[in-house]
Amino acid sequence: MNSALETEISCEIPASEGPAGAGHVTVIQASEPWFALHLRDLWTYRELLGFLVWRDVKVRYKQTALGAAWALLQPLLTMLVFTLLFGRLAKLPSDNVPYPLFVYTALLPWQLFAFALTESSNSLVGNQHLIRKVYFPRLVVPIASVLVGLVDFALSLLVLAGMMAYYGVRPAATTLLFIPFLLLAVLTALGVGLWLSALNIQYRDVKYVVPFLTQFWMFATPVAYSSSLVPEKWRQLYSLNPMAGVVDGFRWALLGSSGRSGAMLSISIVAVVLVLLGGLTYFKRMEKHFADLV
Amino acid sequence: MSSCAILAENISKRYQIGENAGYETLRESITRAFTRPVRWMKGERERSKTRAFWALRNVSLEVKQGDVVGILGRNGAGKSTLLKVFSRITTPTSGRAVLRGRMGSLLEVGTGFHPELSGRDNIYLNGSILGMSKAEIRKHFDEIVAFSEIEDFLDTPVKNYSSGMYMRLAFAVAAHLDPEILVVDEVLAVGDARFQKKCLKKMDSVAKQGRTVLFVSHNIAAISSLCTTGVLLQKGEVIASGPIQSVIQKYSSSAGISSSTHWTGDAGDNNARLKETWIRSLSPEGSFDTTADLEVGVRLQILKPIEGLILGIRLLSQYEYELAYMLQDDAESSVPPVVPPGELVRRFIIPGNTLAAGTYRITLDIGIHFVTLIIGQSDEGSLLFELENLYGVGRRFPVPMMRGYTSLFRPAWPVL
Repeated sequence: MNSALETEISCEIPASEGPAGAGHVTVIQASEPWFALHLRDLWTYRELLGFLVWRDVKVRYKQTALGAAWALLQPLLTMLVFTLLFGRLAKLPSDNVPYPLFVYTALLPWQLFAFALTESSNSLVGNQHLIRKVYFPRLVVPIASVLVGLVDFALSLLVLAGMMAYYGVRPAATTLLFIPFLLLAVLTALGVGLWLSALNIQYRDVKYVVPFLTQFWMFATPVAYSSSLVPEKWRQLYSLNPMAGVVDGFRWALLGSSGRSGAMLSISIVAVVLVLLGGLTYFKRMEKHFADLV
Repeated sequence: MSSCAILAENISKRYQIGENAGYETLRESITRAFTRPVRWMKGERERSKTRAFWALRNVSLEVKQGDVVGILGRNGAGKSTLLKVFSRITTPTSGRAVLRGRMGSLLEVGTGFHPELSGRDNIYLNGSILGMSKAEIRKHFDEIVAFSEIEDFLDTPVKNYSSGMYMRLAFAVAAHLDPEILVVDEVLAVGDARFQKKCLKKMDSVAKQGRTVLFVSHNIAAISSLCTTGVLLQKGEVIASGPIQSVIQKYSSSAGISSSTHWTGDAGDNNARLKETWIRSLSPEGSFDTTADLEVGVRLQILKPIEGLILGIRLLSQYEYELAYMLQDDAESSVPPVVPPGELVRRFIIPGNTLAAGTYRITLDIGIHFVTLIIGQSDEGSLLFELENLYGVGRRFPVPMMRGYTSLFRPAWPVL
């Protein structure tokens, strides 16, 4: 019976990774260099990314009475509260723009960011049934949940157009320049989301941390107030928060208020790049343990 | 030399088990980090509450292109871990494997089904999760629908499906996955008997298309008919590999089976719990003799009213061939009544003068028709017994001593 164990090697060993012979060759091994991010895998799995976004969008407002109206109600109601509290009661200055418009323009990227951050932080744990049973680059999951927020964003953008018409504010010539800032907001959310989603696998504390994080972060971002209120000497430090740059950028592009200096914007961009690269590396390093730990 | 589809060298996988294995809270990690210098100064060694468990140990194997490999082993032998390593869900602790060709894995049917989405949407979603491209899904869409037999409910959310429909749809999508290497774990246990047969047939045709298949199942009959070669795992190590029949033989004679004629425990799900099984001889002496009538008893605790309870036993030979299958209500022609909660005891009788002397196993098949399998995949409640030929037929030429004798029946049928 032992002879069964000693089957001689009768087939040839695929020599190296690469397009040798039939199809592609996958190498499975214990450790990989930390810098191997395998971002090309993401491209291979782009259809899955698309399907996951589609699933979340489609399911998002299922079995709600108001449906997609929620996408509009959320920023509108927040705007209403802020206008009453900070605009009417506290009388915060709003850079010569009607306060509701001023705050709504900031809420657009902010709500996208807050949503994307929350969803991506919980995304891996929320999709654990997939992670345990199927292989795909795990990066697909947090990226998909960040992208889902864009649908709500597009809807609330339409409301902004309506509001601008109501207040008689002509769109600035720079309108389309909000797009790079949108990208910056998405990348910030993804960078932080990567860290938090990977941490969440091991430390479920993250779930409780995220609501506080977004709340504090909002106060550190000029959503309800104007960044001109921040004293000059704190500006540099303040710019470390990329979302401050994003919100100012949105107001600059859409409402034509005074922008911020290029220097401060570059600080924001560098901060985002660092967070994102750090997040990617950490995520990749933890990725192989996800299925065992989740 | 033909080319390898899979070549694995010394794959090992370690898990930490014990309290808190896996995840700890942030507080614990932080306290541990801060108290480490203190503990170090006090001379305390880092004491771990967890211990290492090797799910796989130095597993090396090679699979040729087109091989259909059955992976056998008792529960906890490392079969599923091995499949998880090959499907890249988990990384090995050490070792290396090379796969050539597109890999698809089915460790579960219906992975990623979303209850709120319609059957149609779920075909696309699930197909994509399993690794099919949109074009492939579109190409197979009609076949999938036809195979699953849910045409009329294609646009109904799957949360409104019956369990049977859900499983059929899930399997149908999975069955149309066509990678070069396919890894399948125990997914054939879906649906009713007719659908299972259909699934097996589908698997068989997949296997015959020259695809490389790794197949884990407790269903020895399925393995022996589908697979050409086998690998036997025990406690994470490969203890045999080669032609499927020899591996099956080794599997059934491997340690782990000991004669057990009585089982008590608690297994099952929230529909019913299996409490006790036994086999006893009804002969006056109570000996396990070929002439004695044998009684196989099953005691269940029914927790919810069950419509369509399936309660049956399988009689398996020493080599795990299924010899007989009986259901408690085989004799009835109509649909069985609802079984109320409470205790349910059934005794199956295997008449004397049927089986030859030898070793036999009884396994259970308990489930709800079309809905779920309660017991049947695992060894829970299974019994092992040996029959001796003390007074019975053919006593003058005892069966085990006859060369080449392979019959399992030695009945006292009339000779005229």
